[in-house]
Amino acid sequence: MAQLAAATRLSSLRATPGLRERVDLPRRMVFIAASSMVAVVALLLVFITWQGLQLFLVNGVPVDQILSSTWQPDPANGQVIFGLLPFIAGTVFVTVVALAISTPLSVGLALFLSEVAPRWARAIVQPALEIFVGIPSVVWGWLGITILVPFLHSTFGEDIVVSLPLAGEVLRVPGFLTGFSWMAGALVLSIMILPTITSVSYDSFRAVPQELRTGSLALGTTRWQAIRHILVPAALPGVLTAVVLGMTRAAGEALAVQMVIGNSPSLPGAITQPLTTLTSQITMDMGNTVPGEPWQNALWTMSLVLLAISITSVVLVRLINKRRDAR
Amino acid sequence: MTAESLAGNSGGPHPSLKRRGSRATIAADRAATVVLWGTGVFVLALLGSIIIHFAIAAWGVVSPSFILGDLGDGKTSVGGIFPILWNSIYMLVLTMLISIPLGIMAGIYMAEYAAENRVTTAIRFAEEAISSVPSIVIGLFGLILFVDNFKMGYTTLFGALSLTLFNLPLMARLSEQALRAVPQDERGASLALGATKWQTIRHVVLPLAIPGLVTGIILTAGRVFGEAAVLLFTSGQGAPVHYDFGNLNVGAANWWQTSPWSPLRSTSTTLSVYIYTLRSEGLGAFVTQIVDGAAAILISMVLIFNLGARLIGRLLTRKLTAA
Repeated sequence: MAQLAAATRLSSLRATPGLRERVDLPRRMVFIAASSMVAVVALLLVFITWQGLQLFLVNGVPVDQILSSTWQPDPANGQVIFGLLPFIAGTVFVTVVALAISTPLSVGLALFLSEVAPRWARAIVQPALEIFVGIPSVVWGWLGITILVPFLHSTFGEDIVVSLPLAGEVLRVPGFLTGFSWMAGALVLSIMILPTITSVSYDSFRAVPQELRTGSLALGTTRWQAIRHILVPAALPGVLTAVVLGMTRAAGEALAVQMVIGNSPSLPGAITQPLTTLTSQITMDMGNTVPGEPWQNALWTMSLVLLAISITSVVLVRLINKRRDAR
Repeated sequence: MTAESLAGNSGGPHPSLKRRGSRATIAADRAATVVLWGTGVFVLALLGSIIIHFAIAAWGVVSPSFILGDLGDGKTSVGGIFPILWNSIYMLVLTMLISIPLGIMAGIYMAEYAAENRVTTAIRFAEEAISSVPSIVIGLFGLILFVDNFKMGYTTLFGALSLTLFNLPLMARLSEQALRAVPQDERGASLALGATKWQTIRHVVLPLAIPGLVTGIILTAGRVFGEAAVLLFTSGQGAPVHYDFGNLNVGAANWWQTSPWSPLRSTSTTLSVYIYTLRSEGLGAFVTQIVDGAAAILISMVLIFNLGARLIGRLLTRKLTAA
């Protein structure tokens, strides 16, 4: 039917004169639109790299100083030191904990959707996940402030002590002083990256050929044995890709983390204590600093680090997929 | 199909297996099933409780006078939120006006023209790279590219342009998918009738891809509507207490700065930016209520965009295929 409609429409067009000369113009236009993305990436790399290096090139800060753990950017307080280690470590630590919480949950959810859920359950959970993706990060941050942070503070405000009958005190974790903490940041992030990891791993589980499932079940395995020994190994590159994408999203998330993490520029201590990240420091200070001064240039250096993290992860995902394709 | 019904059988292994498999194996299978169901239930419960939380928090705050009222100061009353809402909608429309044509064109190139060569590889890499760059870094890039370069300060337009950068890769990918979903036969038939490639795309492929394209547009619109980090350093902060929509005299002094219709005004705080800034700067007895109300509106918009994408996609598919 649609073909017929198109055919009638086209027959009137065929006679249009001068058509041949115009044929290539659309191609050129859509090519420009697509390749503009390459230009954007090139400009992005050049500009952020240039700005990120100003701290060393213009302000003369020695490169190894960014590995210092002291962040003292304000000339009003004496000698300035631009140690970025607290921020890099904070980003890494909060991302790792978020991944540790989110990966089992997300992969489990992906397995549930692809292997266990009957059609009706899938029809409910999948749209729910899409809504999760759509919830803006400031809303997650706001939920963190109004629900999670007070909950952590009121429930685990005292020191958490683990003791055994004979050995005595084994572990003592200081309580949540305010609730704004590494843990709060990691929990908020773990929910935010859940849909990313779930949907990418779901796709890779779905891509495993049905014969592998039937073959395994025909050999008398249980469903769980088939999942554990056949499906998960077969889908592993896809799951790894999912985790890398989740990691990228967690490391780059700014506002939600800034709202709950407490923003203390020191090296990570206990999981109940405040922490800071690259993104949250940029968010807080960029508007209050003067362009060109070392303090702001240090923030640009942080954004260069973030850019490096995300480009590395794109390359990493490509390598994982290339290896899978080669197999 | 048979495998799915086998795998989807909720009763565990076939009865004949029960005798042979060890008790532990079967217990593990049962436990795994319970745990996997648990993840599904957990996600639903979480989403449900978030929605209920906002429904309760918004009760008594969100009303017609909140949505359509002038901005309150947060100290004496809740006031309204309309200027902020207007900024959000304006920003969304401006962004989509720029990014829909660009995104669909890029999608057309990738789906219809792109050959397997280096240029295509580069475009794909760029697409992935932009999507993985943190939105705050996109915002900083917009700061250099637009705000610093044009020396016009922070404007709504620069916010929209930066959001376009942020949105373009996803828009392009969704368009590409929508176009690829059109059966190859349609193209073949059109070309066999003597149509040129572009005529085929314009009169056959694009009309058939409309449901997918519309779904893509609405989904990206939802993302743009909620984004805040990109806007922090590109569009201006703040909003007037009241917008004068009758301010249409373009020639008037200050029109570009003050009119709600001007893309160059610097008062362009959107809902999500408002939630963020009010949380960190706002003092006053009613701030929590205002933010709750704003967040509830934001969530409802996301729900509407999501359900809208689904519904309109389905309606259009039915309409176009039943013709």
